[in-house]
Amino acid sequence: MLRFLLGRLGLLIPTFFGVTLVAFSFIRLLPGDPLDLLAGERGIDPERKAELMAQMGFDKPLWQQYIDYVIGIFQGDLGTSFASKKPVLDEFMTLFPATAELALCAIILAVCLGIPAGIFAAVKRGSIADQAIMGTALVGYSMPIFWWGLLLIIFFSGILQWTPVSGRISLLYFFPQVTGFMLIDSLLSGEKGAFLSAVRHLILPSIVLATIPLAVIARQTRSAMLEVLGEDYVRTARAKGLPPRSVIGLHALRNALIPVITTIGLQVGVLLAGAILTETIFSWPGIGKWLVDSIARRDYFVVQGGLLLIAGIIMLVNLIVDVLYGLINPRIRHT
Amino acid sequence: MTKNYGSIAYLAKIFQNRGKIRKMLVVDFPPKKRLSLRWLGLNSFAHFNDARPLLFIKGENSLMNFQKTLKATLLGASLAVIAATGASAKTLVYCSEGSPEGFDTALYTAGTTFDASSKPLYNRLVEFKRGTTEVLPGLAESWEVSEDGLEYTFNLRKGVKFHTTSFFTPTRDFNADDVVFSFERQLKKDHPWHEYTPGTAWEYFNGMSMPDLIKEIVKVDDHTVKFVLNRPEAPMIANLAMDFASVVSAEYADKLAEAGTKEQFNQQPVGTGPFSFVGYQKDAVIRYAAHPDYWNGKEKIDNLIFAITPDAAVRLQKLKAGECHVMPYPAPADIADIRSDSNLTLMEQQGLNVGYLAYNTKVAPFDKKEVRKALNHAVNKQAILDAVFQGSGQAAKNPIPPTMWSYNDAIEDDDYNPELAKEMLAAAGVENLSMKVWAMPVQRPYNPNARRMAEVIQADFAKVGVNVEIVSYEWGEYLSRSKDVDRDGAVLLGWTGDNGDPDNFLAVLLGCDGVGGSNRAQWCNDDFEALIQKAKTVTDKAERTDLYEQAQAVFKEEAPWATIAHSVVFMPMSSKVTGYVMDPLGGHWFDGVDIAE
Amino acid sequence: MTETSPATKADTAKLEEESRSAAKARLAEFWYYFSQNKGAVVGLVVFVLLVLMAVFASLIAPHNPDVQYRDSFLVPPVWQEGGKTEFLLGTDAVGRDILSRLIYGAQFSLFIGVVVVTIALVGGITIGLVAGYMRGAVDTFIMRVMDIILAFPSLLLALVLVAILGPGLINAMIAIAIVLQPHFVRLTRAAVLAERSRDYVVAARVAGAGHFRLMFKTILPNCLAPLIVQATLSFSNAILDAAALGFLGMGAQPPTPEWGTMLAEAREFILRAWWVVTFPGLAILITVLAINLVGDGLRDALDPKLKRS
Repeated sequence: MLRFLLGRLGLLIPTFFGVTLVAFSFIRLLPGDPLDLLAGERGIDPERKAELMAQMGFDKPLWQQYIDYVIGIFQGDLGTSFASKKPVLDEFMTLFPATAELALCAIILAVCLGIPAGIFAAVKRGSIADQAIMGTALVGYSMPIFWWGLLLIIFFSGILQWTPVSGRISLLYFFPQVTGFMLIDSLLSGEKGAFLSAVRHLILPSIVLATIPLAVIARQTRSAMLEVLGEDYVRTARAKGLPPRSVIGLHALRNALIPVITTIGLQVGVLLAGAILTETIFSWPGIGKWLVDSIARRDYFVVQGGLLLIAGIIMLVNLIVDVLYGLINPRIRHT
Repeated sequence: MTKNYGSIAYLAKIFQNRGKIRKMLVVDFPPKKRLSLRWLGLNSFAHFNDARPLLFIKGENSLMNFQKTLKATLLGASLAVIAATGASAKTLVYCSEGSPEGFDTALYTAGTTFDASSKPLYNRLVEFKRGTTEVLPGLAESWEVSEDGLEYTFNLRKGVKFHTTSFFTPTRDFNADDVVFSFERQLKKDHPWHEYTPGTAWEYFNGMSMPDLIKEIVKVDDHTVKFVLNRPEAPMIANLAMDFASVVSAEYADKLAEAGTKEQFNQQPVGTGPFSFVGYQKDAVIRYAAHPDYWNGKEKIDNLIFAITPDAAVRLQKLKAGECHVMPYPAPADIADIRSDSNLTLMEQQGLNVGYLAYNTKVAPFDKKEVRKALNHAVNKQAILDAVFQGSGQAAKNPIPPTMWSYNDAIEDDDYNPELAKEMLAAAGVENLSMKVWAMPVQRPYNPNARRMAEVIQADFAKVGVNVEIVSYEWGEYLSRSKDVDRDGAVLLGWTGDNGDPDNFLAVLLGCDGVGGSNRAQWCNDDFEALIQKAKTVTDKAERTDLYEQAQAVFKEEAPWATIAHSVVFMPMSSKVTGYVMDPLGGHWFDGVDIAE
Repeated sequence: MTETSPATKADTAKLEEESRSAAKARLAEFWYYFSQNKGAVVGLVVFVLLVLMAVFASLIAPHNPDVQYRDSFLVPPVWQEGGKTEFLLGTDAVGRDILSRLIYGAQFSLFIGVVVVTIALVGGITIGLVAGYMRGAVDTFIMRVMDIILAFPSLLLALVLVAILGPGLINAMIAIAIVLQPHFVRLTRAAVLAERSRDYVVAARVAGAGHFRLMFKTILPNCLAPLIVQATLSFSNAILDAAALGFLGMGAQPPTPEWGTMLAEAREFILRAWWVVTFPGLAILITVLAINLVGDGLRDALDPKLKRS
């Protein structure tokens, strides 16, 4: 097992350096620069601009800049945001919990609805229920989520006025951010109604973000179940006269879940991409919106650091999924 | 250094210091929602305005601190509830359009940042009279200018208090040291605070050419400061009312320098302004509380909240739902709807800006004023106002907006006359002209949609036989490339005034110094230059007005630009809001604002 | 192994002949299974209609998509009060006919799909074949590069790429193609690895086929099934991603009637004029759904494992 883990980690090292190189070159390829944008119509003196670029280290030779950058990474220094003058890592840490909270709620929603729906559809294969579930899943899978979010806002916030339009919690509540997770902080704050308010703000964005993973998980569960149900050992179990419930629960489900777990892991990338759109629509103060804004502002170090951190998270989650996969399915480990 | 935040003694001290425990908070909400908020008013908000901010520990959220805070909060809450007198605290929620970059105003140039920093938190030596560009005494009670116009002596106001917050308690009143510190850190390259945080660029200060202008800043005594200039500059007083000239606390800076946390200066600001800083949750909410000892009297509202809401439709939705009281920048398409809503008030004002099309007067055939004039006659401004501004604009005939003093209303605009344009072009010997029109990639106050504006101009010019190609670049690139002296094509751009002085438009945008820079027409006219240079050195306003009026006549005759439009700025708010005054400079101020019950 | 016996040569020829006739039979079998899936057939019909709509846009569309009717701003659809018969689905903020814009928009979406899939497919197959066939250092290098691309969320990567290249439809397509590429590479490589040790490949190699012929003529046709399915999925993904980029202001630039861009422009009217928001999104949904239905049908028909069960 240890060898397997080390092998996987070994694979990550070149990828990680590749990612640093990509993030590093991207910001140097972006046209325009933050100084021109900052100065706007007023303009900036070329000498002064050169001075400020030098202050950010852009006057050094490229290789030197790259080495400084990589050394910085290992010292936990990703540079400073040009706009806010705060360290990039600090900004990321303040905003990441918002994205993580949203993504976790979405994935929980997707798993809790998607797996049962998939199993149900597989067991009732060919029935109207199966067709309805799979039809809905396909619609969900084909959904342009930015439009879906707007529709939900029109309906639930505009017409019915059930849910708030944007933000993470009502402005009335004001308590310290301990974990950064609004659901937890609102409970810790002990303020009545705060938790409920946080939940109400979370509902629509979670639904929007969960839509595609939910559809994918339901479809994946169904096909994995179908495959397993057709296997010999399940047939044997059936033939032995085991009740259907235990056949499905014990034998089929365990094996069917293996590919589903991989699918869930792969959804992390989808979630983070979806977060960019969802956060934009719901003014959710998370890293997706932060990065989109920073790209527009040419906030070099935020783009560079943010890309690296997000890629790091995805790589980490993929590693965890790989390891889990290896744990559940020992056959994989040895290949 | 650490205080025991949980102790009752400490709390008692806070309350003693503040003189009184003030009122509970009742947020102004529609009746439907008020019911469920009744008990919240008791349980959650009592500690909101006074005790709360004080209980916050310097930006740290470690669990230990939190537990202390929690204890203290609970205590504070119960104390406040007991002490509540029944008078309710007022909270005004402003749905702002974006996040501030930071809170040390002088570091930035964006209006959004100014709204959240310099306007609520700080004061300047002189202030603009609300709703005008007229200058009033601020932190300086009075000032004298020397005969040669080189020395400005300010007599400072006495007894002005800085904010007392959870992270800083001032030990002295505002004095000359604060003024000297505020400006010297921007002026002197060797000042310990000149580069106090990475990437520090005093861009506004530099952009206004202050380093060349100011020779030195002298503390005469504790309440007198003298600015010595290198050359006379008539707009100097107006410049000192601008955001970058906000006065910060030197004492607070010293304290942070000692603690080695200089970067806090930009994150936890202390000023003398009408509101003090309570907390900022990135990209979500900024909270302020009224400054109880404000030198101009405590504000009528007790709390000010900025709810950051980038989307115009969402802002309006929140305004209608009563989740906020004031919002900036409504979508032009929603104006009619807002007007018809009886719960909302819509204020409007002409913006202090101009949108223009600048020809390159150094490149043939645009070096001939006849050609430029002919093209000006080919622009259908009404079509632009309809299609691009959708009613939120006004045709421009002068390079300065009509709300600015010295605006020359006697000037007659080049009317839309394609036939005349054709004749003039033929007379100038120009045939089959092909040209480029540059369209900005971004929305600006003076031009909500440059691309669409360029399309309209393209269609208009086609009617007089001029073939237009529309080009665009990324915004930063657009700004720098359009400065090139041999640039190919006419550029769509504009300007928003900084300080209400005509010099800020005419000299910056059309002066000879600006060629190859902010003068996108690359236009250097001797008559015009002589007029504006003279106006710069004269202090008599009537004389300056006369000079600027003449300059505008020269401008119109020479036509380096097609002046397009001045935008109209709209400000929707709840009808309960009173005392809001729109700022011609485009800022958003909340001092003097009240909410009716 | 140095000498090639005539018998093996004959065997190879025979094998190839057989595979050719088998192809015909496979096609018939494929259509049989495909048509079994009703959803797929419906999807195909809708897709064909969309293609026809795009091709004959100038004939079908009642108005020019870029003409602004200055007296008809934000006219609601015809069935709603205030609607006008000449604007069936209403008009947008500057008086352009929404129906006509949607019809022309189909051109852009299908164009995006075709171009992106072609670039990603050709690039992906070539790189994947090389990686799978060459193995060794080349393979490792290619796969690490693909890992790097996959380490970023697709939309974020596309967004940065477009920011570098400059906003616009063509650049958006290039960015999306780059982002979708690794899936094709991985799929091709896996298929090649599975196939290269099979008897027929060994036989062809023994018969003296060159690298190029082995890669493209012998191995590739046998890996096509999963690639076709992936291509269909990528087609719909490309449309969605391009619309998302348009929505974020980085895709096609106004006044192009691309659906995502239309949505972005319509956002400010979300609470006031539901039709400007609803219809472009619906068009995206229907198109993507139709393509995904076809994709499902293709998979059912091409994937032998599911076929049997």
